Amino acid sequence: MTMSQQPETSEPTPTVTDAENNAQLKEIAGLSQGQIVRRRFFRHKGAVASMAVLTFVVILAFTSVGLSIGDWRVPGWWQWNWSQLAPVQNRTVPSMTLVPQFLGGPGINIGDHPFGQDEVGRDTFAVVMRGAQQSLMVMVIVGLVATTIGTVLGAVAGYYRGLTDSILMRFTDVIITIPVIVIGAVLGRAFGNFGAGVLGVVIGLFAWTGLARLVRGEFLSLREREFVDAARVAGASDTRIIFRHILPNAVGVIIVNTTLLMAAAILLETALSYLGFGVQSPDTSLGKIISDNQAAFSTRPWLFWWPGLFIVIIALCINFIGDGLRDAFDPRQKRLPGARALAKSAGLDRAAIVVTTRAQSRGDTAVPEPDKPDTPPTRDR
Amino acid sequence: MATFIIRRLIASFFVLLAATYIMYVLTALAGDPLEDLRTSTAPNALQLIEARTQLLNLDVPPYLRYFIWLAGVAGCFVGNCDFGVNVQGQDVTIQLTQALGQTLQLVTTASLLAIIVGLAIGITTALRQYSGYDYTVTFFSFLFFSLPIFWVAVLLKQFIAIGFNDFLRDPEIPPVVIAAFSVIAALLWSSILGGNTRKRIIVAVVAGASTAVTLAYFNLADWLSDPSLGIVAVGLTAIGIAFGITAISTGLRNRRALYGSLAVAVLAIVLYYPLKFYVFPLMSLGLFLGMLVLTVALTGAVGFVIARRDRWQAFRTTALVGLLVILVMSLDQYMSFWEAYSDSSRIRGRPVATVGAFTPNLGGNFWIQGIDSFTHLLLPTIALILVSLASYTRYSRATMLEVLNQDFIRTARAKGLTERTVIVRHAFRNALIPIATIVAFDIGALVGGAVITERVFGWTGMGQLFVKGLEATDPNPVMAFFVVTGTLAVLFNLVADLVYAALDPRIRVNA
Repeated sequence: MTMSQQPETSEPTPTVTDAENNAQLKEIAGLSQGQIVRRRFFRHKGAVASMAVLTFVVILAFTSVGLSIGDWRVPGWWQWNWSQLAPVQNRTVPSMTLVPQFLGGPGINIGDHPFGQDEVGRDTFAVVMRGAQQSLMVMVIVGLVATTIGTVLGAVAGYYRGLTDSILMRFTDVIITIPVIVIGAVLGRAFGNFGAGVLGVVIGLFAWTGLARLVRGEFLSLREREFVDAARVAGASDTRIIFRHILPNAVGVIIVNTTLLMAAAILLETALSYLGFGVQSPDTSLGKIISDNQAAFSTRPWLFWWPGLFIVIIALCINFIGDGLRDAFDPRQKRLPGARALAKSAGLDRAAIVVTTRAQSRGDTAVPEPDKPDTPPTRDR
Repeated sequence: MATFIIRRLIASFFVLLAATYIMYVLTALAGDPLEDLRTSTAPNALQLIEARTQLLNLDVPPYLRYFIWLAGVAGCFVGNCDFGVNVQGQDVTIQLTQALGQTLQLVTTASLLAIIVGLAIGITTALRQYSGYDYTVTFFSFLFFSLPIFWVAVLLKQFIAIGFNDFLRDPEIPPVVIAAFSVIAALLWSSILGGNTRKRIIVAVVAGASTAVTLAYFNLADWLSDPSLGIVAVGLTAIGIAFGITAISTGLRNRRALYGSLAVAVLAIVLYYPLKFYVFPLMSLGLFLGMLVLTVALTGAVGFVIARRDRWQAFRTTALVGLLVILVMSLDQYMSFWEAYSDSSRIRGRPVATVGAFTPNLGGNFWIQGIDSFTHLLLPTIALILVSLASYTRYSRATMLEVLNQDFIRTARAKGLTERTVIVRHAFRNALIPIATIVAFDIGALVGGAVITERVFGWTGMGQLFVKGLEATDPNPVMAFFVVTGTLAVLFNLVADLVYAALDPRIRVNA
């Protein structure tokens, strides 16, 4: 049914836009911004599942073999340690079996060395867990450092504009010219011996450029809005305007990009450790385990499979969480309610809704800002 | 415009200068360039230390040594580049040229393929948004994006190189594999082409059956040991290409363009044997490129003459058909040399290579050398495509969806244009604008390329220059790498801006 077939004398029927907006408004009535975002995030099944898997991996990595920071040690519940040499059992083959007995397998069983051992008897599970700890730690530290620097520089440049902006952005241009893997390798060679924490900090010191540009863009447009004028007229200081009025509105961009930055960071750390410019012996990381054992692929493939699997799981989970966050924060992403829900909320017949939702879904996005699009995330190759 | 470019160039120059300074000092401070000599037990260790200090000016602190290096590089502006020497005293400028050649060879194919495949997948997923195909592709792009490339590379070496080489010794495709491939082909094509249930079922049956028949034929004819297309397969492919390209480029309703494309296909069949016996045996790289250019010109002219209206549109269509057909004919020629290559004494029946860029002392003609490059490029190219595909797919999908949501697309549909015109002319062209800038940007990053991939597959390209230099705390090779990659990145960043301004009339470059 199209609009032209409506008899002209009848009551003006609510247009599609009204129907849909009503449904959408009804859905979010009385909710705070945070609640809306949370709701949308939990609707993204991939992101929620990833969140659960990631939590499990983090807990597993940090409780199983315990923590060791400097001289401070907390033992874990796993019987082996990552540096302990255990007697070689069953030619170092993994003892974990997953095929249940009723399928003709040996039954679900973990055994002494579920992921196997390396050639001198170290337990692979313990080594991989320690590697995952280190890689996760680098990832989080890079995320924190880069987000802080990027946000502050971007906010200052975007808020004050003028000379400050020019200087800060030229500085950003200088840093952005150096590929992250190149600067990471140089710094990793210099600071790899100092442990994963220091490595994370120095990588973070050079990984903030993309975020700074995005935050600057957000600030440039937000500072022209009425609520900022209102705050300024009311006598708020610059610091207060930046942190209390503008920053909360830019938080979506920051969170989403921090997530993507962390996914890139774990891949960067493993790549650097693989090249020999990351975490150094006697400590280990997921990339280093693979690098140390790639020659043994044909004899002990488990030394290669497990660390790789953990890298993929962690990076994949974080990428999915980032995608979920982007959907949740993006106001343009309107999730169309099903035709039935729409009809129920607006009291229209279904045929009309179907026609109109299609039209609506094609036409509702605003004209894009005519400026250069964000570059898609690039990968180290 | 000119003022804008000049201003940007000057700014970029100073940005680059600052970046090289940071890089130089950090690299020089990253370790001790004399480390191996200090721990050395050689009786002349002291003299060696002295000699290296002299050679690399190690007595000058890094923040000043930079200017010695800069003076050498500044010679590039007067045509006399000097990137210094490395720890062994070899000239870095020569190493740089060699490394550049290998890296371009490695990365160009991979980037081109990644762009083409990524765009195709991104746009088809945008057209079939929220379908099973869309969700599957989305999941796999996330998966590939999360893969560490060194891990993928080792897996490829293990399974494709060793496994596939073992398979090629007695190539017999098991029936289970044939069935699996057929089912995948059926599902893939039916969900890409879409339509109602009837059309989907027909597409699925045709795609699945033709895959099964082709693979079964491979088994029967022992095709994988001695592959060839022959005049029949080349002819059929040429006719298929003619229909396919015309359908996308002008639409089949444009009869004259279709006749032009078909004429090109017929021409290919007629010229098949003359080319095979008189032209292909003489082939060299120059002749090959010349042949491609000539083909494009001639086949384009065919379309231009046959069409009465929209002549350049027909030119474009037939020229593209001609180019693809000549490439198929070259593929046929390559295949005819496959057995000779595979059985040669240097290869010994294990064609897929895992290390290096070429087989040393192989010899052979243009076609044999081409196959050799192909077998060496295969694995690194697959690895590079897998990890870089995801960003192209996601980005082109998002851009295409954004364009499809615009009002002018609705208008185009409302005034009754065919779906092909709406998609290709109204949507695709506009989606290409932001994609073009990304491509320009990525070409700039091309040379910096593939540090990890080169390491895994043993290529001595730019990445290797960088890694080796850094391991020896030797700033000269590292800086040679960085100057080239940094300059290209900065230049193509400017090109990306200009391309965007040229393509999108809403953008004005204001000087």
